[in-house]
Amino acid sequence: MKIAITATGNSLNSKVDSRFGRCSYFAVYDMDENQTKFIKNPNKEAAEGAGPAAVQLIAKQGVTQIISGEFGGKAKSILEDLNIQMIMLNGPEKSIQEVLDLMAINK
Amino acid sequence: MKIAVASGKGGTGKTLVSTNLFNVIQKSGFAVDLIDCDAEEPNALQFIHADLISQKSVTQNIPVIDKEACTFCGKCEAYCHYNAIVVLPKLRHIQVVEDLCHDCGACEYACPAGAISWKSKTTGTIRTYAVNNGSSLIEGRIEIGVYSSVPLIKEVMKSSHHRQLAIVDAPPGTSCPFIATVSAADFMVLVTEPTPFGLNDLKLSVEILQQLDKSFGIIVNRAGLGDHRVYDFIAKNKLLLLDEIPFDPRIAKSYSEGKLITDNMPNYHKHFLQLFSRIKKHLQYDRNSYT
Amino acid sequence: MIEIAILSGKGGTGKSSLSAALATLAAKIVAADCDVDAANLHLVLNPKDYREEVYVSGQKAVIDPDRCTNCGICLSYCRFEAISNKGGIHRIIETACDGCQLCDRVCPENAIHMVSHDKSRWFVGDIANGKMIHARLAPGEDNSGKLVNIVRDQARETAFEIQSDIILIDGPPGIGCPVISSLTGVDKVLLVAEPSLSGVHDLKRIVELTQHFRVQTYVVINKYDLNDALSDAIVNWCRSVQIPVIGQLPFDRAVVDAMVNCESVTNWAPDSTISNAIKRIWNKLLQHEQAKSF
Ligand code: SF4
Ligand code: SF4
Ligand code: SF4
Ligand code: SF4
Repeated sequence: MKIAITATGNSLNSKVDSRFGRCSYFAVYDMDENQTKFIKNPNKEAAEGAGPAAVQLIAKQGVTQIISGEFGGKAKSILEDLNIQMIMLNGPEKSIQEVLDLMAINK
Repeated sequence: MKIAVASGKGGTGKTLVSTNLFNVIQKSGFAVDLIDCDAEEPNALQFIHADLISQKSVTQNIPVIDKEACTFCGKCEAYCHYNAIVVLPKLRHIQVVEDLCHDCGACEYACPAGAISWKSKTTGTIRTYAVNNGSSLIEGRIEIGVYSSVPLIKEVMKSSHHRQLAIVDAPPGTSCPFIATVSAADFMVLVTEPTPFGLNDLKLSVEILQQLDKSFGIIVNRAGLGDHRVYDFIAKNKLLLLDEIPFDPRIAKSYSEGKLITDNMPNYHKHFLQLFSRIKKHLQYDRNSYT
Repeated sequence: MIEIAILSGKGGTGKSSLSAALATLAAKIVAADCDVDAANLHLVLNPKDYREEVYVSGQKAVIDPDRCTNCGICLSYCRFEAISNKGGIHRIIETACDGCQLCDRVCPENAIHMVSHDKSRWFVGDIANGKMIHARLAPGEDNSGKLVNIVRDQARETAFEIQSDIILIDGPPGIGCPVISSLTGVDKVLLVAEPSLSGVHDLKRIVELTQHFRVQTYVVINKYDLNDALSDAIVNWCRSVQIPVIGQLPFDRAVVDAMVNCESVTNWAPDSTISNAIKRIWNKLLQHEQAKSF
């Protein structure tokens, strides 16, 4: 199973990026391999449709859960169609590592 | 002949001028149209008593993908400049994000499998209201979430072709909806106010009108408030100052109640008639048809 | 850090004057002018810009006349009426081109290429009590929502750099895409309403939007004395939807005088009634913040 988290940078210490479509990086965590890889978001600067393009990108990675601060309406409907679970993270800023730790505890 | 009233930013008196100008022309017995092109927030109707006589929808095309024929090659996605198509070959998933589609046709051209056909989607409505003496109010209203009001504005501007004269309430700003309105207008009236904010907006509007080679005149609204720099700018660039509307608290009050100053204050009725004759002087058409 | 956006359903409600006044009240602030279509906050805050960047808003097609054989194929494909044929010569109508690139793809002579729109700019500058980010969208260019995102990103980065706790956003009028870009993810929205029939209508529309995005919303009624009955109606309506009205400002010539002198009213006439009223608004905006964090 793979989980994607929107990130402000490309390390585990980077914070969670609150914007889904226009985040800087996606941290893709592979549970089976216990590995995280970072993918730069090429659509950050897209004029329109950053959300749907981001969905496409993470869906191609085989992600089944996505964690971010907020999801736009367009991205939401596609994620629902694709059966990718959205998890909204509110409250104080967390790092990617902290989120992964939380995930591990809650498993 | 279409005279469009614009004001860079909203709120400097564009609707005040367009509705009152329309009102005095219409009341003097000439058939004229008022076209409300401020499609995101049309509000001329709040000031004009009129009865709805017809309405039509404006539509755009949206691609429909035949999932049987589609090979999930992804070419349509690559050709779509607006990220409106999502293709996931492994999941055999393809989807059009309707709100992002600009109806450009590139996906159909791209598709090697002939899997794309079209449906139409309503993007806005054009309503026509009858006022007195055969005059009418034409209003374009965009649906929320549509990427641009430009296609709607083009249609609205065309809806008044049978008329000799139309007053147009232009959309705010200087971006594409404004340009679409200006391109279809014959003469522009820019409304500003004598403040640095007004001047800044005026400069931007003047710049684009000069680029487009449109003739225009300027009305200074709330004259008496603020300073002289707007007038200096007009004089220095040899622009046409059409009119000044004084700063008068009664105007704002009347506006706030949805009333026309040319109806409840006779001096402004006269004022706007004079403004109209001044505009006419600058237009090259048979004056006798309106006087 | 908190981000506060000042918005109004329509232009002309005095939003920018109020934004400027609030911006000068903070000890340290990053001001972001997100009204990129008609920016004017810089006229009052007068930033000394030390950084200027190009913003590419999109692309337009260009036909190379040396290669073009005037076959007309591009014209038959373009759905935006953006290609003209005058006397057999094909040209792109720049103001109509949507940048879809289809003509470029269909041209058999490879005579069309796309060029970027690079006339828009964004800036970072120093102001008396912090920094300011602002932008200028070139006339006739679109995608202001994307430029708003850039201004906001930059504002966050700058606030982090100078360790400012507050970002104040002067938002665009209306309820369209750039407005949505201006308010997503902010902590608070201050709506400037005007007591007129259309003003009430505009207020309701923008409240729909802020509630949709679940942003903490406050209202200030500007020029409340224009129409007392409607001002009361706004207050009552706000109460019914549980939005606090945290100030009512009268029409005051000092605001115009300040603007004419390119000053904020709180600097121009610091002890005037209106400046004091604005200070109270500012304190209430920040107070609510403290209440929230406990
Ligand atoms: S018509 Fe154009 S914008 Fe719409 S989906 Fe097809 S390629 Fe994309
Ligand atoms: S181009 Fe045609 S076949 Fe290829 S993915 Fe798109 S619709 Fe399917
Ligand atoms: S398709 Fe190419 S060659 Fe033909 S008219 Fe257009 S630009 Fe010229
Ligand atoms: S890029 Fe698209 S809109 Fe522009 S001229 Fe070519 S086909 Fe028309």
